[in-house]
Amino acid sequence: MNDKLRSFIEAAGWPRVIIGLFLLSLFVAAPFVGVRVDTSLSDTLVRVGMNGVMVLALVPMVQSGCGLNFGLPLGIIAGLVGAVTSIEMDVRGLPGFLVAMAIAIALAVVLGYAYGLLLNRVKGDEMMIATYVGFSSVALMCMAWLLLPYKSPNMIWGYGGSGLRTTISVQGYWLKVLSDFMSFNVGPYFYFPTGMFLFFALMCFLMWAFFKTKTGTAMTAVGSNPEFARACGIDVDRMRIVSVVLSTVFGAIGILVYQQSFGFIQLYMGPFYMAFPAVAAILLGGASVNKASLLNVIVGTFLFQGILTMTPSVINSIMQTDMSEVIRIIVSNGMILYALTRKVQVKR
Amino acid sequence: MASNEPILRLEHVGKEYFGNRVLSDVSFTLGPGEIMGLVGENGAGKTTLMKILFGMPVIHQTGGYDGKIFFEGREVSFKSPFEALDAGIGMVHQEFSLIPGFTATENILLNRESTRYNLLVEVFDDRLRTLDRPVMRQRAQRAISTLGVEIDPDTLCSEMPVGHKQFTEIAREIDRSNTKLLVLDEPTAVLTESEAEILIKAVRNLAAKGMSVIFISHRLQEVIDLCDKIVVLRDGHVVQEAKTCDVTVRQIAGWMVGRKVEESHREEGEVRSFGPTILSVRNLWVDMPGETVRDVSFQVRQGEIFGIGGLAGQGKLGIANGIMGLYPAGGAVELNGKPIRLNDPEGSLRAGMAFVSEDRRGVGLLLDEGIDWNMAFTAMQIQEKFIRPLLGGLVKWRDDRAIEECANEYIKALEIKCTGPKQRAVELSGGNQQKVCLAKAFVVRPEVLFVSEPTRGIDVGAKKLVLDTLRRYNREYGTTIVMTSSELEELRSICDRIAIVDEGRIAGVLPAQTPSEEFGLLMMGEIKVSTEEKVKACE
Repeated sequence: MNDKLRSFIEAAGWPRVIIGLFLLSLFVAAPFVGVRVDTSLSDTLVRVGMNGVMVLALVPMVQSGCGLNFGLPLGIIAGLVGAVTSIEMDVRGLPGFLVAMAIAIALAVVLGYAYGLLLNRVKGDEMMIATYVGFSSVALMCMAWLLLPYKSPNMIWGYGGSGLRTTISVQGYWLKVLSDFMSFNVGPYFYFPTGMFLFFALMCFLMWAFFKTKTGTAMTAVGSNPEFARACGIDVDRMRIVSVVLSTVFGAIGILVYQQSFGFIQLYMGPFYMAFPAVAAILLGGASVNKASLLNVIVGTFLFQGILTMTPSVINSIMQTDMSEVIRIIVSNGMILYALTRKVQVKR
Repeated sequence: MASNEPILRLEHVGKEYFGNRVLSDVSFTLGPGEIMGLVGENGAGKTTLMKILFGMPVIHQTGGYDGKIFFEGREVSFKSPFEALDAGIGMVHQEFSLIPGFTATENILLNRESTRYNLLVEVFDDRLRTLDRPVMRQRAQRAISTLGVEIDPDTLCSEMPVGHKQFTEIAREIDRSNTKLLVLDEPTAVLTESEAEILIKAVRNLAAKGMSVIFISHRLQEVIDLCDKIVVLRDGHVVQEAKTCDVTVRQIAGWMVGRKVEESHREEGEVRSFGPTILSVRNLWVDMPGETVRDVSFQVRQGEIFGIGGLAGQGKLGIANGIMGLYPAGGAVELNGKPIRLNDPEGSLRAGMAFVSEDRRGVGLLLDEGIDWNMAFTAMQIQEKFIRPLLGGLVKWRDDRAIEECANEYIKALEIKCTGPKQRAVELSGGNQQKVCLAKAFVVRPEVLFVSEPTRGIDVGAKKLVLDTLRRYNREYGTTIVMTSSELEELRSICDRIAIVDEGRIAGVLPAQTPSEEFGLLMMGEIKVSTEEKVKACE
């Protein structure tokens, strides 16, 4: 028994065990401070579904050796453009969501390609450059949101008659088109967004399948040892670009999934810090800077979102102060710091 | 020239690195004003010997050395290069240790500058004395002119041609007033022929003034021209110590490479027949750092095992790397009469060539992946083996089961010691890693297989296995093999013909049965005297 426990800890890694126990203790403590467990669990699951695809988006770049995609806001911007354009076109329901996705993917491919070209010129410093690509693209889009000629009264500022608002509701368009598909309730408090999870599972399957193909195998080899890949006749730069494009496209899809559940499109500085929770989640899941698996994505997203959901309700009830933001920052940035200082360690 | 009291005497000097003996029982003497040539193949122990003499810290960190060293009649054991310098031993290394932004004068006199008194000294000690530039310039000029060359003492080192840098380094050693023994480690490697001649003249000048010199070079002609006596090292032993005027070039070459050959594994009486020319290389140049290939042409016939040998840094490794497109290259390479596009690894692989790199861990393996992936990867990417097309070929699905079967097959055939096909390559021993690299190439079923340094860093038993595997593969499938190795005996035991590369060019191609002295001669550069004569008259 003792051996089994030890080998489990060995396989899972200490950070996951500690965070997992912490999360468990929050769930145990919840009823005593008047927080309902079923509500909390439901909230956690919804947030996992909302964020899962964005965390998944990090996998291709990690596998190809480009590091963690701190430039995720670039993909998110593509998703935002898709979202507002579909509303402008006034397509409602699932078709609207699909239109948004089509536009977002097309734009993400273009942006991702350019981003990939840039990252190929800064080999070795990808993550730092990516961070600034993310930041500066968000800043650039702050101007674009004001200037783009969108006309739908649902989205523009009331007083000037032009320029997009900071927060746009998707209600009446495609609010919860994925979440509510086959969703069910257990009791009055527990809600399960089946459709969103099916979609997340589909995305995971596509990613898994991609890494089972010839190109996916080549990409893994490029990340594992670029010299080896080159000697085997693989165009290393091309593989890296493919991975960056994939990551950007998944980022774009990810934000759409997030919005349809959340109910709002957040423009301007909204995407600014979006990369950090995703990065923290995948690292928490046990990925390293050069190896990541789907298991890392799922476990990490669950643990990270679980902490985010539980701390405000439980800790605030105990301490009577708002600690949630502080804990969120400590966990996410601390996790990034921890993972980046242990670059070599590989956990699968 | 040699006088009665030797300046340097070594008695039974030996050295072990972690149980690996690199030097044993080295003894010789060196008189004042005498020039000794130290000759030997790579790994014969020349560098280690000089490190011991110069008191390099690495020697003491690894447990010191055996035997005794006497310098000017006193027993010495230097703990650091500073002690050696103080005692009067100067050393010029193969790599430059000059400060690029300093002038020749400043480099020559670094830390020994002439200084003048100023007031600050009263407060801050001698470290704040003013540099006496005119005097320094004179001293530098004097040291340079001793060498018989023209270098402006005010030139920045970064702007000098390599030859002048080398002279500046030597001038630095000369300026030390007490230098009695000068060690020159391959000083001519970077020099042009005329510069080398000047250097040799300069060294002779120094010797005439009473300085003793140990001269390390692989160019035999220079050793003959310059040295009074030679010491030949092989596998850590002094195989010969002789006056230069007593020996022939052939003898030196023989001492250097000759071994009690264990030729047991060459199958006697085997008649080898080859097909038409399969690979032809004309005027190949390759820009591989440290292994530059300048102008190489050769032809290999189908079914042949062709060896490429030579000393390290001469360019033998660059040939295979260049043909496989891993380093910038030019020239004409034809496989079966069809030209190969250079600088395109994929093209070279598709044409039917495969490469086992000398850099096993850097280029040869995916260290973090399993054995199965390592073996199958090239074949999968280039030839679409282990691929199951889905949706009418739209999706190229990896066939993990086929990969595993293939890996199991090769693990058995090559006797790879591992826990299974999923074990990560990084966990294997050197020999087993090399076998995985070979398997990777075999899976491709190449027409021409390039193998570089297949036995580097693996133990004796594994060496034999690797060589036997190559030979068997050649016999069974008729695969043409081009093998590059620093170990001549290894090449001779398996190859049909061997080319020796010297300074980026092929010095000669000989059948493997040729006596090893002949190969030794080729390795040592151009030699002007006839090989059978005494190299020079005794004075």
